[in-house]
Amino acid sequence: MALDRSAIRPPIAMLAELTHRCPLSCPYCSNPVELTRINSELDTETWQSVFKQAGELGVLQLHLSGGEPASRRDLETLVTSARDAGLYTNLITSGIGLTERRLKALDEAGLDHIQLSLQGTDAPMADQIGGYKGGFDRKMKVAEWIADIGFPLTLNAVLHRRNLHQLPRALEMAVEMGARRIEVATVQFHGWALKNRDTLMPTREQAREADRIVSEARAALKGTLVIDYVPADYHSDFPKRCMGGWGTTGLNVAPDGKVLPCHAAETIPHLQFDNVRDKSLSDIWYYNSAFQAYRGTDWMSEPCQSCERKTVDFGGCRCQAMAIVGDASATDPVCIKSPHHGALQAQADAHASVADAPLVYREAPGKESEPAE
Amino acid sequence: MELDAIPYLPRGVRLHFDKVRDTWVLLAPERAITLDQVGQAILSELDGTRSFGQITDDLAAKYNAPKDQIVQDSAGFLKALRDRRFLEVQ
Repeated sequence: MALDRSAIRPPIAMLAELTHRCPLSCPYCSNPVELTRINSELDTETWQSVFKQAGELGVLQLHLSGGEPASRRDLETLVTSARDAGLYTNLITSGIGLTERRLKALDEAGLDHIQLSLQGTDAPMADQIGGYKGGFDRKMKVAEWIADIGFPLTLNAVLHRRNLHQLPRALEMAVEMGARRIEVATVQFHGWALKNRDTLMPTREQAREADRIVSEARAALKGTLVIDYVPADYHSDFPKRCMGGWGTTGLNVAPDGKVLPCHAAETIPHLQFDNVRDKSLSDIWYYNSAFQAYRGTDWMSEPCQSCERKTVDFGGCRCQAMAIVGDASATDPVCIKSPHHGALQAQADAHASVADAPLVYREAPGKESEPAE
Repeated sequence: MELDAIPYLPRGVRLHFDKVRDTWVLLAPERAITLDQVGQAILSELDGTRSFGQITDDLAAKYNAPKDQIVQDSAGFLKALRDRRFLEVQ
């Protein structure tokens, strides 16, 4: 069947995972469990071509991410090329690997915005979660340099059962750092986080408390700090509008050039992905079967198909339906209308009540099976 | 917005002509806002020196429209931008 390209809008945002390498090993890393090795990463020229194609396709927002994007030595060059392609450039970083000199070079390259991750509000918590001693102190130094240069800053606080009590302090830190915006992101259970549900799942009480703190802080800090909030997914009654709707708003390019509708899409085994090494970004966006798979609402079954919210949340997260229900076209089990909702809530409470489960850290890409360079 | 306030776009917020969609947009952290004619006209006048009153005077003259109408049409839009910290005032 020929596809009607005119029914598909161009994407607004692209997440470029420049590398899976990272000095940290956060147990909730959103990278796939199967990590891309350094020798499979796209080279500078290919990324530059991808950015140019993205601009021509209609992408406005480019998120440079990883792994840790600062692990790429050509980051400054890539930012220059992205700006030349007309893209708004956002660097998503832990700060580790950035020096004052590199930040100045990124400033000259035209970097628009920095999003700095926060693993905890003090060194003991942050360094334990990140699995990197000295990481917190270094990050605080990087935050000073960011402020000195004047980069617009978003603080990205990733929260879970072990550190949700630090949310009030995270909000204070964002204000102190001069951030205009904070993302209060409760861990979403994909990738490595799925292995860590026993130790990271918030309790229902923590989730409600976070709702209250965010709501009060939004009122108190209006005009000073914008708070974007990702609530505890498993404890919600309606699913998240994942990716703004599959294949409608954004796309993700993995370090090896594979183009995905979302960063976790490889967990859906029957999907076939294309690579920017073989096809144009435009061809992939409009015609790749993985992008087509859950676009719009035709693929939905009940209870989604007759639901008044079907174009509000598009049935929630496909990868979560796959992971929990075993069927990527099922209603996200977070939804109160899903027959699996009760089981998911019970499962969440069970995970949240496990005492002393160890953190399973993310591994480094290809470390065990490959000799060092 | 007070008429003597001097609004400006802070670093990290900029106007961009979107060739693919043939429209002006305001680019900001995690946001791309499609601008209508009034929005684009006001934001493209912000220079960090002229007040909101002066800018709306100039627009009234340029488009031969009542100043009150322009102030009214843009007030809600500018307030929403300010609340999201996409617009600052000196």
